[in-house]
Amino acid sequence: MSIDTSKVATSNSSAAVAKKPGRAGVVANWADERLGLGTAMKKNLRKVFPDHWSFMLGEIALWSFVVLLLSGVFLTLWFNPSMGEIHYEGSYDQLRGVAMSESMASTLDISFDVRGGLLMRQMHHWAAMLFIASMMIHLLRVFFTGAHRKPREMNWVIGCLLLILGTLEGFTGYSLPDDLLSGTGVRAADGFMKSIPVVGTYLSFFLFGGEFPGDAIIPRLYMIHILLIPGLLLALIAAHMLLLVYHKHTQWPGPGRTEQNVVGFPMLPVYAAKAGGFFFIVFGVCALMGGLLTINPVWKYGPYDPTKVTAGSQPDWYMGWPDGALRIMPGWESEFWGTTWSWNVFLPIIVLPGLMFTILLLLPFLEAWVTGDKREHHLLQRPRNAPTRTALMVALMTFYGLMWAAGGNDIIAIKLHLSINQITYFMRAAVFIGPVIAFMITRRWCISLQRQDNEKLLHGYETGVIMRSPEGGYSERHLPLDTAKAYAVTARDRDEASYVPVGTDGVDPNGVPAPTGRGSKLRGRLQTLWFADNIQKPTAAELEEAHHHAEHEAHGELEGVSADGHQFDGHHAVEGETLRGDH
Amino acid sequence: MRLLNRSAGRLSRHRRGPLAGVVLLLLGLVLTGSLYAAFAPAQATSAESDTAQVEKGRELFLVGCAFCHGQNGEGILTQRGDTQLGPPLAGVGAAAVDFQVGTGRMPMVQPGQQAPDKAPVYSQEEIDALGAYVASLGPGPAVPDEEQYSLEGLSEEEREEAIVRGGQIFLTNCTACHNFNGSGGAMPRGGYAPALHDIEPKYIYEAMLTGPQQMPNFSNGNLPPEEKRDVIAYLESLRETPEYGGFGLGGLGPVSEGLFAWLVGIGGLVGFAVWIAAHTTRSTKKKGQAA
Repeated sequence: MSIDTSKVATSNSSAAVAKKPGRAGVVANWADERLGLGTAMKKNLRKVFPDHWSFMLGEIALWSFVVLLLSGVFLTLWFNPSMGEIHYEGSYDQLRGVAMSESMASTLDISFDVRGGLLMRQMHHWAAMLFIASMMIHLLRVFFTGAHRKPREMNWVIGCLLLILGTLEGFTGYSLPDDLLSGTGVRAADGFMKSIPVVGTYLSFFLFGGEFPGDAIIPRLYMIHILLIPGLLLALIAAHMLLLVYHKHTQWPGPGRTEQNVVGFPMLPVYAAKAGGFFFIVFGVCALMGGLLTINPVWKYGPYDPTKVTAGSQPDWYMGWPDGALRIMPGWESEFWGTTWSWNVFLPIIVLPGLMFTILLLLPFLEAWVTGDKREHHLLQRPRNAPTRTALMVALMTFYGLMWAAGGNDIIAIKLHLSINQITYFMRAAVFIGPVIAFMITRRWCISLQRQDNEKLLHGYETGVIMRSPEGGYSERHLPLDTAKAYAVTARDRDEASYVPVGTDGVDPNGVPAPTGRGSKLRGRLQTLWFADNIQKPTAAELEEAHHHAEHEAHGELEGVSADGHQFDGHHAVEGETLRGDH
Repeated sequence: MRLLNRSAGRLSRHRRGPLAGVVLLLLGLVLTGSLYAAFAPAQATSAESDTAQVEKGRELFLVGCAFCHGQNGEGILTQRGDTQLGPPLAGVGAAAVDFQVGTGRMPMVQPGQQAPDKAPVYSQEEIDALGAYVASLGPGPAVPDEEQYSLEGLSEEEREEAIVRGGQIFLTNCTACHNFNGSGGAMPRGGYAPALHDIEPKYIYEAMLTGPQQMPNFSNGNLPPEEKRDVIAYLESLRETPEYGGFGLGGLGPVSEGLFAWLVGIGGLVGFAVWIAAHTTRSTKKKGQAA
């Protein structure tokens, strides 16, 4: 392009030059030219995440895992995973000269002779407790809101694997110090393995490299704890988060939010700040707990010795529920071909957790099979709008919670002055009856809440304004929900749209004969149970009718005057309103 | 004479010294006291007071204990005859009485799985009388003297060794019921091993010696007096040692740790999550506008 230089202002003394890029710009440009990050970042830094407190529960797990990595690296610098016997000669008076394994001695050294070591040990342990606890509440949030539905089933599976790997990781870490408590735990684990029919003894000998305890178990657990499982955890966490980015985050329904979009804040600067800030909060909570609350005081347990045991020997909380099952299990054993089959150990501690974990893994698939719903879902459901699903999880939680309580039966007995035997008898029945009761109550509760939603949509919310009619009758004034709220409440499917009925007459609504067989009959029955008694949202016609009715009613009520002061109840425009002062 | 005079002269040089009066006074007092102690009819009165004490103890026993233990401490069977209302007391010794009555476990307020400790009903003098009476029913362990359970007179090194030894004995024999921290534990059918945090050394010694309620009896043949002393020394040392890790959560093990992880840890972090999510980037916050 040629420029007519005669028209250029003569006062311009020099030609315009590009501003010299800043130092950061130079570095960024250098990196972009070689790594090509710019294009990838341009898109992803602006990636939008919806905002809700319940979406940050998984983040607690992520950040506590980071705390675990940091504090864990610190601990490996001094921990000596050896079962070689030495005599302790460290700072803790009460154990000086006592024979113990080198792993126990180095744990004591970390606690008493390494600067900041005890803080790091306690932070590591508290972070582990929080890691698994936050995975569990994250799992509950996902299930209660229906975020496990298509297309996120595989991420549910990965999350479940993370949960079980985290549990194993916790157990291996708990076993490493070789103190009395962890040694008792390892001994128990040995017993659990040996209760497996036929192969149990072989498994135990394989893991321990001979008869318990041998001298191989701690180095082996150490390798599993700091290399094998953390590697798997990291890989699965990466997969979990990549899928999260790929699927995009789910969101609560609301005005402007659809199955096709995500409404929220961009990664930079908002989410980076929020999530980064949350890391520091999680780190701070771990540090505070590690600094102020004793966890696993190994110096009081002393070194492991198979002849010793202590009251209050429990696993960490996440292993507490199988321990509870073990505690309330009747002592069943049988003898076959001269061998003892310990059902009293095998059923509660090997079969039951395996069964529960399988159920957990299959939940999204079971639900999809029952409902026949194969559509993609990116909008969340309120727990009340899937009453059977919500009730199912509450029943599972009740089962878990009762087993958990059974695992602490001795502490409950001494702290609440109860008989440990009676607790056991109660729990034996309660773990079966409790979940059923919880299921029924939760389901009816959800349905009642659905009913209440409809009530609000059709007749408005209760204002608390009491109107008196000329005849002297009193009534409470209802006002219509505001549009945004009404939208959020009605942004759900009617049930007939959300499943493919099996049909009772062998023909589905499209006239296609349904597949026959026992499976489909069972499916039909489950489907009936799943959706029975659910309250459907009102139709447009019903809403129209109700609003018309409400308007009519409001006109009638306007003849009355609300009590003085109620004009400021927050539901009216207050411009120009004054207190009448007429009473 | 010179010889005598010489030695007398040396002593007598101080006879008008400033300390002579004080020394003489002390000598006189010590001599009188020793002579009195040597020749006074102490044993006679003590024997007499023993009898008087037993008699006093018997009277107290008939009022407060005989209802369950029988008028001669022979024990009383329940009506069904298969359990004891109160066990026979011949041979339990004064140590058992001192423990049971001194910690308020006896007299029992009501029959139950286990007698809980409470404020003692009897004064120490009355307890001693009761003990003397019960001891007179049959030979049994006596109330231990303080030197039996104190580390007085040991060198620093010996003390340390005693504490370490006591800790190992404690972990071998006691923690299975009383917990690693002495925080107590559950026993079958509503029984419990009590917490040991603030039990006086004397009562710990007596409990080991007599095996009250569900506790096994650690006789001196099983656990020599020095080892009992060591266990007590270990427990005392735990009381004196600071809680290195911070607040001890009751010293109950992983159950209370799990409780704190959920209530304090997860509770607090969920609170923070709510707090963070409640803050939008908007400078004005209106309801419903929060994305």
